[in-house]
Amino acid sequence: MAAMQTFSDPRAAWLERLGDATLVLGHRMSEWLSRAPTLEEDIAMANLSLDLIGQTRAFYTRACEIDSGERDETTLGYRRAEPDYRNPLIVEQPNGNFADTMARHLIFSAYVVPLYERLAGSNDAETAGIGARSAREMAYHLRHAGEWMIRLGDGTAESHEKAQTALDDLWPYAPELFEADDLDRDVTASGFGVDPSSLRDEFDAAVDDVLSRATLKKPAERRGQRGGKSGRHSEHLGHILATMQFLQRAYPEARW
Amino acid sequence: MTEAASPLWEVFIRPRNGLAHRHVGSLHAHDAKMALQAARDVYTRRGETLSIWVVPSSAIVASDPSEKDMMFEPTASKIYRHPTFYEVPDEVGHM
Repeated sequence: MAAMQTFSDPRAAWLERLGDATLVLGHRMSEWLSRAPTLEEDIAMANLSLDLIGQTRAFYTRACEIDSGERDETTLGYRRAEPDYRNPLIVEQPNGNFADTMARHLIFSAYVVPLYERLAGSNDAETAGIGARSAREMAYHLRHAGEWMIRLGDGTAESHEKAQTALDDLWPYAPELFEADDLDRDVTASGFGVDPSSLRDEFDAAVDDVLSRATLKKPAERRGQRGGKSGRHSEHLGHILATMQFLQRAYPEARW
Repeated sequence: MTEAASPLWEVFIRPRNGLAHRHVGSLHAHDAKMALQAARDVYTRRGETLSIWVVPSSAIVASDPSEKDMMFEPTASKIYRHPTFYEVPDEVGHM
């Protein structure tokens, strides 16, 4: 399938990218359903997943309104090919064990909370509203993932080791979150969006607070993995899309 | 997960100002803070919650079901304890 042309309006393209990140992570979290370690956590995971899918719908819908084209949230979510998705690589990484998922969620939440808080000051009232509401949701995600990392890190020798390994494995995906490209700079300059490179201090403060209480070591910053934001993905995204898009591909226009 | 690592908690929710907290169920959690988070996730999904209490189930002292005859049956025959023998003047209206 040929790559779909992205939005010509940079604001729409940028919102679409935010939506791609929450769609893929929301799908990943939904994979835990019926597999979480406890019933309570199973329901919690469902809530986290649904928050992310809800944010995705808001971002996609607003992007389509701004673009005023023929696409809608369903087109964006289910009918694009792999390179069309612009999510950072971290969200498509496999769930692994529970510590892997919580480490991934801690990193993503600590990045996205200050992002959404600033988005609440967007010059587009609709986008500002989405930012304000989503910031509240993600503040809870940050707490939930943080409290788990504290208990895993400061728990048994085995849970500590798994939490540290999870953090070490996922840390190389953190730098991509904070690298601004032309699109980021464009929407920041116009007062619509947020420059991700301005979020690093708040991210570090939130993560450092958790890690010190969790007795976990912050991994050394290596150059890291990147590419998702420009459509170059790890092997995992294709598998996610195959699962996610199956129904829309097999039964186009299906409604339920 | 073992009972010791993840004890049982009772959850109470206050849906609106002016109402009392009401028992809604129980859950397993490692500690008080996680119990509060789990309560939020499990019992407040459909909104309308202003406050949550979680209490370790072990802190609740319960009456013994086998003593229910002694404890509660005697009151069943004391209908005079119900305020049904008073004439309420119409002017009082709804009580």
